[in-house]
Amino acid sequence: MKEKSLFWKEHFWHGLISCCGLFVIVLTLAIGAFLVYKGSGTFTTYGHSIFEFLFSSDWSPVDSSKGGGSVGAAIFIVGSVSTCGLALLIATPFSLAAAIFMSEISPKLGTRFFRPAVELFVGIPSVIYGWVGLTTLVPAIRDLFDLNVGYSVLAAGIVLAIMIFPTITSVVTDAIKSVPNDYRKAAYGLGATRWQVIYQIVMPAAKPGVFTGIIMGLARAFGEALAVAMVIGRMRAFPTSILSPTTNLTAAIASDMGGSMDGGEYNTALWTMALLLFLISLLFIFIIHRIVGKGGVEKNESK
Amino acid sequence: MESKFEVSKLNLHYGQFHALKDVSLSILPHEVTALIGPSGCGKSTFLKTLNRMNDLEEGVVIDGDVLLDGKDVYKEMDAISLRQRVGMVFQQPNPFPKSIYENVAYGPKLQGIRSKVKLDEIVENALRGAAIWDEVKDRLKKSALGLSGGQQQRLCIARALAAGPDVLLMDEPTSALDPISTSKIEELCTELKKDYTIVMVTHNMQQAARISDRTAFFLLGEVIEYSDTDQMFSMPKDKRTEDYITGRFG
Repeated sequence: MKEKSLFWKEHFWHGLISCCGLFVIVLTLAIGAFLVYKGSGTFTTYGHSIFEFLFSSDWSPVDSSKGGGSVGAAIFIVGSVSTCGLALLIATPFSLAAAIFMSEISPKLGTRFFRPAVELFVGIPSVIYGWVGLTTLVPAIRDLFDLNVGYSVLAAGIVLAIMIFPTITSVVTDAIKSVPNDYRKAAYGLGATRWQVIYQIVMPAAKPGVFTGIIMGLARAFGEALAVAMVIGRMRAFPTSILSPTTNLTAAIASDMGGSMDGGEYNTALWTMALLLFLISLLFIFIIHRIVGKGGVEKNESK
Repeated sequence: MESKFEVSKLNLHYGQFHALKDVSLSILPHEVTALIGPSGCGKSTFLKTLNRMNDLEEGVVIDGDVLLDGKDVYKEMDAISLRQRVGMVFQQPNPFPKSIYENVAYGPKLQGIRSKVKLDEIVENALRGAAIWDEVKDRLKKSALGLSGGQQQRLCIARALAAGPDVLLMDEPTSALDPISTSKIEELCTELKKDYTIVMVTHNMQQAARISDRTAFFLLGEVIEYSDTDQMFSMPKDKRTEDYITGRFG
């Protein structure tokens, strides 16, 4: 009797957990399929070329199912790429420095104060970042550079940098912490200074984790809509410098999706942008897997 | 004979714990000195005081003199140049995840040697010195992690030699290795003592008896007996030493 009930529980939990796992996979595939279904309409129903969508800056889709407009999304794409690239340039050095400080220079201070503070950062809703950026950063940039408006690639880049800083920092910190202590001892034993140990031994050994952190930060930056939309200026023009306003994929989707007719050319073009974002994040995840996998393979190959 | 290390009245505390008590030892050049004793007796701690690896741990307070060629390593030398002169081999083989060549060249590079010719020469000599040259000469650019455990340990010895030390500290260098690799390392020690002074912590009494010239028996942070190895293993002076080496405890 008792054995039977034990088996029953075993099967029950096994089944339940498997279902949850499968559900996540099915859900992801379903979202992907839905995006492909919705987003491909631009190319199938309305007959635009992928080339036009990616490289043309002529954006005037018709808000009906008649079609005949143009769907060049290059401005949005450039806006996304430039703001995210800038954010990465700003955030990466700070993140690496913070991670090294937390794990190598002052682990005590790091685990007690720094780490919780950084983790708190992650939990702050993006609307707050956007709002703070809007009220402090945008006017500051306007005054500092003597511009008409402060909305700019720079403002978006800085806000995004602040948002992805904790992501990169915590991943890199974990990567540094997982470097075996034996390496450090060996290097110290050969007469290395602490700085030499950090940048010649620890950081190279943590490299896959560092790249993973950077790409995770990039993925978060690409997907962020609200905070960027608030400070980027939402002007449909290529940025001429980092001080000029522009717009990006997420801001365009967020602001226009509600007003467009379902199934119309405009709406479909927005879905295509969403599909593009989805593909970009898939690409990032693929790259992360390659990096992490490669780190593992390097070790295995030599065995 | 002038001693290499002259340690006198050395006391070491880890916070409240008194880990080394009034340790005084003279370590002679061109000899293998074995440090034996049960776990937690302070032999590894003592070893680490010789190249100041204890500096890396928190809450360590050291009192007493450790002289290397007459100079106090704590008061008259900095840890960096000390560790270049006093190399260390650890219990677990710990090559860097770099190529075999880069592993060995790391020490000389730290000292500012950049010339390719010079580095090639140092690397080859160090690998020959550690009796591993023939096994790795065709794969110097390959990852060191691809070597077997025994090879990795000899690579670590080569890496220590390349930094140009005159003393080698070995912390149970064979405890993670198979018997064949162990005997290779032991042979190597006998060879290396012609040019270097070796201080080795070992758990293996036979190993101490086989390769060391002098043995120190540690117990609860004290040196109970320090004498010629042959003498210690044939006629120990102290009852506790006898009990330990005959396997009655430890």
